[in-house]
Amino acid sequence: MTALRYLLYAVLLVITVLAPFIFPDFRTQLATLWLMIIVALTWDMTGGQMGYNSLGNIFFYGTGMYVAAVIAIGLVYDVGVYTSASGGGINEFTPVQYFAGIGLGMLGAGLFCAACAIVIGYITFGLRGPYFAIGTLGVAIAAGELVSNWDWVGGGQGITLPVYPADLDEGKLFFYYVFAIIGVVLFIFLKWLYSTRFGAAINAIRDDEEKAEAMGIHTMRYKLTAWALAAFFVGLVGAISAFQLISFEPLETAYQTINLGIFMVVCVLLGGKGTLWGPVVGAILFHLFKEITWNYLLGWQWVALGALIVVTVVYFQDGLMGWLMHRKPGWFGIRIDEGSDGARK
Amino acid sequence: MDQIVSNISLLFEFPVVNLKILIDGLMIGALFALAAYGLALVWGVMNVKNLAQGDFVIAGGYVAWWLAGLGLPPLLGVPAAFIVMWGIGWVCYKLVISRVIERDLFTSLLATFGLAIMIAQILNLLFGSDTQSIKLPYDTIYLADGFIDIPIAKLIGVCMAAVLATGVIIFMKRSRMGQAIRATAQDARAARVMGIDTEKVYAFTFSLNSAICGAAGAIIVMVWLIQPFYGITYAIRSFVIVTAAGLGNLPGVIAAGLGIGALEQYGAHIFGIGYQQAIAVLLLLLVLVIRLIQQRRKRQSLQ
Repeated sequence: MTALRYLLYAVLLVITVLAPFIFPDFRTQLATLWLMIIVALTWDMTGGQMGYNSLGNIFFYGTGMYVAAVIAIGLVYDVGVYTSASGGGINEFTPVQYFAGIGLGMLGAGLFCAACAIVIGYITFGLRGPYFAIGTLGVAIAAGELVSNWDWVGGGQGITLPVYPADLDEGKLFFYYVFAIIGVVLFIFLKWLYSTRFGAAINAIRDDEEKAEAMGIHTMRYKLTAWALAAFFVGLVGAISAFQLISFEPLETAYQTINLGIFMVVCVLLGGKGTLWGPVVGAILFHLFKEITWNYLLGWQWVALGALIVVTVVYFQDGLMGWLMHRKPGWFGIRIDEGSDGARK
Repeated sequence: MDQIVSNISLLFEFPVVNLKILIDGLMIGALFALAAYGLALVWGVMNVKNLAQGDFVIAGGYVAWWLAGLGLPPLLGVPAAFIVMWGIGWVCYKLVISRVIERDLFTSLLATFGLAIMIAQILNLLFGSDTQSIKLPYDTIYLADGFIDIPIAKLIGVCMAAVLATGVIIFMKRSRMGQAIRATAQDARAARVMGIDTEKVYAFTFSLNSAICGAAGAIIVMVWLIQPFYGITYAIRSFVIVTAAGLGNLPGVIAAGLGIGALEQYGAHIFGIGYQQAIAVLLLLLVLVIRLIQQRRKRQSLQ
């Protein structure tokens, strides 16, 4: 069984590495798929494993974009001058400057977002259930509105970053692999994390926070750590997205509350909340659905997407993995006695 | 920064500006209060947090606008939107809401979010993404040497909102159905035991909420602008108002609605019109934090 499992992982890894060569026309799409997988996995850290359903994780994506862009530009130019010129004239970056910008930008974005998560979390983690969701949604919307009024970072126009300094096809490959590496690292990290005491503690918080507190778990510390870790990874992918998209603006791209901000939740629900594979499977299904409707239901794609959200939430809330777990508990190592109906966790 | 200071000093130099902002704010607030009352009703009775609230408002506005385009007198658009949105609310209840009542609250939040996206996009496909409004053939009253202008259309709108609110209050207090709704809000199980068909009460409540929102939207399209994607801000304002006022507290909801309308106008005056949306959201966060501190004092969490 374990040998089979390792074989499966090896096959998936090989597919991950070869995918951009098998589908050379879909490199950007595949990179976006990894983005969806990463944000879904990080959303599940607090939403599925800890029971805190955030609608504001997109805040870290947008903030990551802006922090990375400001760092990358700040290394070479004065940020205010650069943004007010909006790409006209001063847009020259040497490859060294470009890659230094990406590297430092990612690091800065991740750390800054983790710090933001601790500060915001300290306030919002007092809120429970739907209030937490509304509160975090409020943070994300407010951030978008405030940034779009902030002229130093380009205001409503956003920022235009330099393009990839070599062949553009090579650039697509580069961004795909950066996303894929972060995704694989995140997956392995989470697989380890959920098997530790930390994983058990955040599951305890989800199941009954008062009892967990009474058992001596410092719930606030665990909640902040979990959210900060999630924010770190979202900040990283936000930073790469900024360079991949080249130009972005605050409301529709960076703090895209009703696009990616809600998509990541739907991905997780579609795949199965609180499981490791659920967000991955859900993100793949969702991305396929989205691309197909975008291509074949022109004009009505958003309506179809809203309908998918409603149907998933109302009729299929356990998701694919939850459904499988219910039908085939043996596959997940859940043993149940004959005659009991305790298949659901 | 200098702009902000000069805007504030303007308020002190010309006190009449305060009056203008206050009147504007109260007029807008009256309509916010209407939508928020519908939210409080649904939230209190069936424990569903409706994020599609704002989109019901906008949909009502489009119904009135469309009918006015067909030649219906604009003022009749309000009852028409009330009736049409009643039907739409009932359909939404039967298809979606009735299946999320028993679930946890995040489910209802997400399901209505999906609903909100669908309504906004359908409106966008049907009517386009331009802003729309109905021009009413009425004059504007000028007070204080022309400093304060009150279009009669806005005055009529506020009066209609007041009439609607009073009607709903009397209905809730006096009618049999109103009593049943209040009983269900207090204790749904006990109400069922006493022979109240709670399923019917839920359907009625949600349709009523949608109809109130529709009427509010029909008033808004006469006095301001609507656009398919304006819904979310009305939903957020409703949440601000209800969170600040608490459930089942109608005078509180009206007071909070008026207060938020006024605060928002002041904010827009001081910081510039671009910050109006941000101010609405920041008010929500402020209200949440204040409520949180109140709860922490009692060693409880806000849930």
